[in-house]
Amino acid sequence: MKCAQCREKAVIQMRHHRLALCRPHYLDWFVDQTGRTIEKYHMFHRGHKLLVAVSGGKDSLALWDVLWRLGYTADGLYIHLGITGEDDYSTRSEQYARDFAAERGLQLKIINLQETYGGTTPSLAARTHQGKQRPCGVCGLVKRHVMNANAAQYGYDVLVTGHNLDDEASVLFSNSMTWTVDSLRRQAPVLEEAPGLARKAKPLCRFYERETAAYALLRGIEYIEEECPFAVGNRTLYFKEILNRLEAEHPGTKYNYYMAFLHARKNGLFAATAAEEVGEMHRCPVCGQPTTSTERCAFCRLVGQNA
Amino acid sequence: MTVKLIVRKKEHEVPAGLTVQQAIRQIGLHPEAYLAMRDGEMIAEDEVLREGDTVKLIAVISGGSGA
Repeated sequence: MKCAQCREKAVIQMRHHRLALCRPHYLDWFVDQTGRTIEKYHMFHRGHKLLVAVSGGKDSLALWDVLWRLGYTADGLYIHLGITGEDDYSTRSEQYARDFAAERGLQLKIINLQETYGGTTPSLAARTHQGKQRPCGVCGLVKRHVMNANAAQYGYDVLVTGHNLDDEASVLFSNSMTWTVDSLRRQAPVLEEAPGLARKAKPLCRFYERETAAYALLRGIEYIEEECPFAVGNRTLYFKEILNRLEAEHPGTKYNYYMAFLHARKNGLFAATAAEEVGEMHRCPVCGQPTTSTERCAFCRLVGQNA
Repeated sequence: MTVKLIVRKKEHEVPAGLTVQQAIRQIGLHPEAYLAMRDGEMIAEDEVLREGDTVKLIAVISGGSGA
């Protein structure tokens, strides 16, 4: 297989784009496509101050690298979740994020859950009925809260995450299976700012997961390859596997599924009625983030923070 | 006449002459979920594996807390 640009040997084939590229042209293509996605969805501009949610994994580090190359002002935020596993997963992940930032002279903020909130993700999850079995839900809650709190506290304009198309398609698949319309409404490349919530953007949302991994590997970015010990066997991975089976037989299935959803969403298929838009949201008296509760939000209840 | 595939520290052997895609399928995995590295270089899925090759397969699918 030859590179479509230079006819040298290709290192990656993207069947859904009918495109094969060599290393240098793939790296250029990836950066260029990210820039196009940022512009297409009006995510942010160079005057904005960005906060990148960094996990030490391939997606977030690839994203941070591309934003840096494109000339955006982007600091990183690493949340030490206190996940240990066999080889101290969170501490090793943090080291990848630290090394990445140090090599490029970038600013990395680190929030240690144990030190800041008095508990790790597993220990906080163990306080809840569902979290005892699987802490992923609590992990999502904690990360969302900490990211929003830090974006607000330090005056960032946009919170940027490394969600890729496989992430988006698996969530879409999950929400479609149950027709969770509220969640479908909220799934988009950009989520606008709301009281207590930062504007959020996902510049990698049109890349397959193997494409973000290929970018990280070809760029020489070192990242944590191991899976989070709690993610093994979870529903996200299961849905991704199902979608990849479809993709293998019909290249472009995942891409078309997600892009057609965005198109339908843009055309109002999931638009809320005026009554639904008003909703029943309140502000948490402790942290100020929005909540459906009339008292403390789920995060503040979880960590035991009182007004 | 074999090729060694390494996936997460576990070794598999497949016959030489298969493409990367065929080799990944042969050990029961989905090609979409892996990238192949030979001698530190990424190789495309149509690359034919030669006798004595050692190929590291990098899992690319991760399952965080969702989008």
